[in-house]
Amino acid sequence: MARAAVPGGLRVRRTWRPATLVDRRIETPSARTLVLEVEGWAGHLPGQHVDVRLTAEDGYQTSRSYSLAAPADGARLELTVQRTAGGEVSPFLADELAPGDQVEVRGPLGGWFVWRPEEVGPVLLVAGGSGVVPLMAMVRARAGVSRAPFRLVYSVRAPEDRIYAPELRRRAQEDGGLDVAYVYTRAAPEDDPRPAGRIRAEDLVAHGWPPDFEPTCYVCGPTPFVEAVAGLLVAQGHPSDRIRTERFGGVS
Amino acid sequence: MVMQSGGGAEYDGNLLSGPLADVFAVEVTTAVARCGGCGLSSVVAELAVYGPDPGLVARCPGCADVLLRLVRTPDSVWLDLSGTSTLRVPIPESERPDLAQT
Repeated sequence: MARAAVPGGLRVRRTWRPATLVDRRIETPSARTLVLEVEGWAGHLPGQHVDVRLTAEDGYQTSRSYSLAAPADGARLELTVQRTAGGEVSPFLADELAPGDQVEVRGPLGGWFVWRPEEVGPVLLVAGGSGVVPLMAMVRARAGVSRAPFRLVYSVRAPEDRIYAPELRRRAQEDGGLDVAYVYTRAAPEDDPRPAGRIRAEDLVAHGWPPDFEPTCYVCGPTPFVEAVAGLLVAQGHPSDRIRTERFGGVS
Repeated sequence: MVMQSGGGAEYDGNLLSGPLADVFAVEVTTAVARCGGCGLSSVVAELAVYGPDPGLVARCPGCADVLLRLVRTPDSVWLDLSGTSTLRVPIPESERPDLAQT
């Protein structure tokens, strides 16, 4: 049926629905994964996001967009929230929301920055900081379902800022066809031959795909990072219509 | 599409998905918007977006003209598309006519 094209139908996307925190995991000193239960959640595509709305006792409301970090597990969905100092929403979600507490979500949202497991071509994922979250949803959705070759280039300030590091190490060994490379911008591990510094063309040549492999490139991170990487990819000959980007301005 | 002149926009059109769902029944971020100023066609998800307060403003990645403004008041959603000349919304494959049968 045509109506099944949008999971859950059209109306659900725009309806704010209660979401109950059922679990939380510490990912890095400043990032937390929140596991939320949303009754009737009908699934989503890797790369999609939700809007999260908070309501204060006096009725004041505010909302933010967060990428979904994993495929849906029934009614459970996962967000990874990076705390932004002085932010209005992220410190609350990262530190104060307790199991059993409720927020509201609407979604799944977005249809451009998504990867569909039936796409067989090579994929380059380039993450800056917490921009890894929607890309991790793609890596997780791929496991056991797709043999599309994936390469992830993940730029972080220092080793302790890597979100999902243990899982990525395991998946790089166990999920055939997944390569993971780190680019450290401020402090690299001692055994890393690459000096710390912003991502450069050589990093994408060494760890990405040549343009004639015709990869689809997904780039997510802060705006300056996304624009620098997209510019490097275009300069290497990747057609701009194969580069999909998602920018966030340091979600507060 | 790669933004030529993001000009410091913090976000992009992916962020518009939820707010536009208040107005449209379909996912509009995959639609193609044609700039009324320079004529460049861009996927809505790739527009340069500023906001969210006091409202969302989406600009053309080519010439930085305003294509869309979206503001919520307590009782209304205001959508200004005056800078957009056309909006081409893809029809999901499952809803397209089956040409093989006609």
